[in-house]
Amino acid sequence: MHSRARRRVLPGFGLTLGLSWSYLGLIVLLPLSGLFLKTFSLSWAQFFDTVASPRVLAAYRLSFGAAFLAALLNAVFGLLVAWVLVRYRFPGKALVDALVDLPFALPTAVAGLTLTTLYSRNGWYGQHLEALGFQVAFTPVGIVIALTFIGLPFVVRTVQPVLEDIDADVEEAAATLGATPWQVFTRVLFPSVMPALLSGFTLAFARAIGEYGSVVFISGNMPMKTEIAPLLIITRLEQYDYAGATAIAGVMLAASFALLLTVNLLQRWTHRRFEARPGT
Amino acid sequence: MKSPSTRKLTAALLSLLLSAVPALGGCSKPGAAQGEPITLLNVSYDPTRELYTDLNAAFAKQWEAKHGTKLVIKQSHGGSGKQARAVIDGLDADVVTLALAYDIDMLHDKGQLIPPDWQKRLPSNSSPYTSTIVFVVHKGNPKAIRDWEDLLREGVSVITPNPKTSGGARWNYLAAWGYALRKSGGDEAKAREFIGQLFKNVPVLDSGARGATTTFAERGLGDVLIAWENEAFLLTEEVGKDKFEIIVPSVSILAEPPVALVDRNVDRKGTRAAAEAYLQYLYTEEGQELAAKHHFRPRSQTVAAKYASRFPTVSLFTIDEVSGGWKQAQKKHFDDGGSFDQLYVPQAK
Repeated sequence: MHSRARRRVLPGFGLTLGLSWSYLGLIVLLPLSGLFLKTFSLSWAQFFDTVASPRVLAAYRLSFGAAFLAALLNAVFGLLVAWVLVRYRFPGKALVDALVDLPFALPTAVAGLTLTTLYSRNGWYGQHLEALGFQVAFTPVGIVIALTFIGLPFVVRTVQPVLEDIDADVEEAAATLGATPWQVFTRVLFPSVMPALLSGFTLAFARAIGEYGSVVFISGNMPMKTEIAPLLIITRLEQYDYAGATAIAGVMLAASFALLLTVNLLQRWTHRRFEARPGT
Repeated sequence: MKSPSTRKLTAALLSLLLSAVPALGGCSKPGAAQGEPITLLNVSYDPTRELYTDLNAAFAKQWEAKHGTKLVIKQSHGGSGKQARAVIDGLDADVVTLALAYDIDMLHDKGQLIPPDWQKRLPSNSSPYTSTIVFVVHKGNPKAIRDWEDLLREGVSVITPNPKTSGGARWNYLAAWGYALRKSGGDEAKAREFIGQLFKNVPVLDSGARGATTTFAERGLGDVLIAWENEAFLLTEEVGKDKFEIIVPSVSILAEPPVALVDRNVDRKGTRAAAEAYLQYLYTEEGQELAAKHHFRPRSQTVAAKYASRFPTVSLFTIDEVSGGWKQAQKKHFDDGGSFDQLYVPQAK
């Protein structure tokens, strides 16, 4: 890259910043403000009736709860997968690496249908699980599974580059100084990976909260039991109740934003606390 | 001063934008001149895909022979309510052929795209073919299901989609409602009890009719599927004659999927003549034959007589008889806080 004396190292900052703002404005900000504008046609009383009815509250609890559990599962197993991919060589590694991304590429409805087929009473997994008296499809457990499936790549793909940046010498140095493997993990590796892991968790969580396609098949959609919040939004739309639909969506969005902000702050805090290495 | 790479990037972005503009503007081209091909868009619901593929080919051929101009009919399928919302939001439909009159009513109420009396413009309530609601059971009918009454029995598991999200499910619900009303001599309290009992036997609420069919046929869930007659035929003929059989209840609902011209769109595009002819074609002997072949009940007496063996006789009531039309039915039963919510939510706790 040719760089003459200028204020910034990279060229075209003004243009790129302008483009970034217009792009974000057109693609994210405008649609979201449109969403909130629709809600304003409701009075406060109508708004509260809509977003605080027992059925909607139950759906929120389920959507956020299942998304949280799924993101947690992904944080644990995603870290493991990323670790294995970075630190070990084994036959078929490229294949495993490619497999991780597949949930990104698959249309979520297809994922949902496939999972339901597997876990329902006569499916490959389902028939054995039900023989043990454990029903997965059409219960909240099924919802968590669907959300775990779609969230996995987020954790693996955010943690993987960070792990790659940590030199094996660091671990070896710790080991030669007499640290046990567990100490190496908790004192050396985990602090470096923590911020990335948190952001992977956040992405998986955010994705799962609004997920509709993959869940609607496996959940069974029973009111108060397995009805997710996005389904309630769809039922509003089926009644041509646009304002009601956007009200529920707006509350979800606000709650998600608050949660994401909290996790982001937490991430910054861990970053400072553990003094991240270069590359994180 | 801009660097060459920035200029190149700007140029690339600009050309990308410019190339997108004609594509965006292309669909609002005004009326086709003589000899130019005409394109119609039929926005329909899911189970009519195969029917309209046949109807469109046949009508386009007839049109071309008569007028000498090429006619292309495009199809769009999806959930009935979703399709109506797309048209309201600006999908350029020339005609809509949906599952419920309520969805077409909304083209007037929410979009001002059609006049309020649209259903009077074509014969038979603007529905060229009808259908009804029947049961599909496993081969040999192990639970001995004969009529609506049997769906309430303990140990019988019933598959029907969610009336809040599926037009087909609303027909199912109203069919059961109508049966219960008739049986109790018009006692609504008894009818509500009947529906409550029925839905106690429903283990899963799929969001659409096809989803429910899949749950029943592929997942092996449930003893009986409540379904459109044409879907039931499709299931028994295509998935397995040796696996399922159709049970026709003593009484059911006359399902009338309506069709309508979207005035605002055809006038803007100059396609009114072709779109009108297309809808009228559905009522011709040829159109009726095709409907019958795809297991929709024809309106034409002669065609109906010809295919009588395909369609078992059922005593049918209309939606007006059980509920005074779709708007009232929607409000009373399916809107939030309506009878479906009341009957279903409390028992789920």
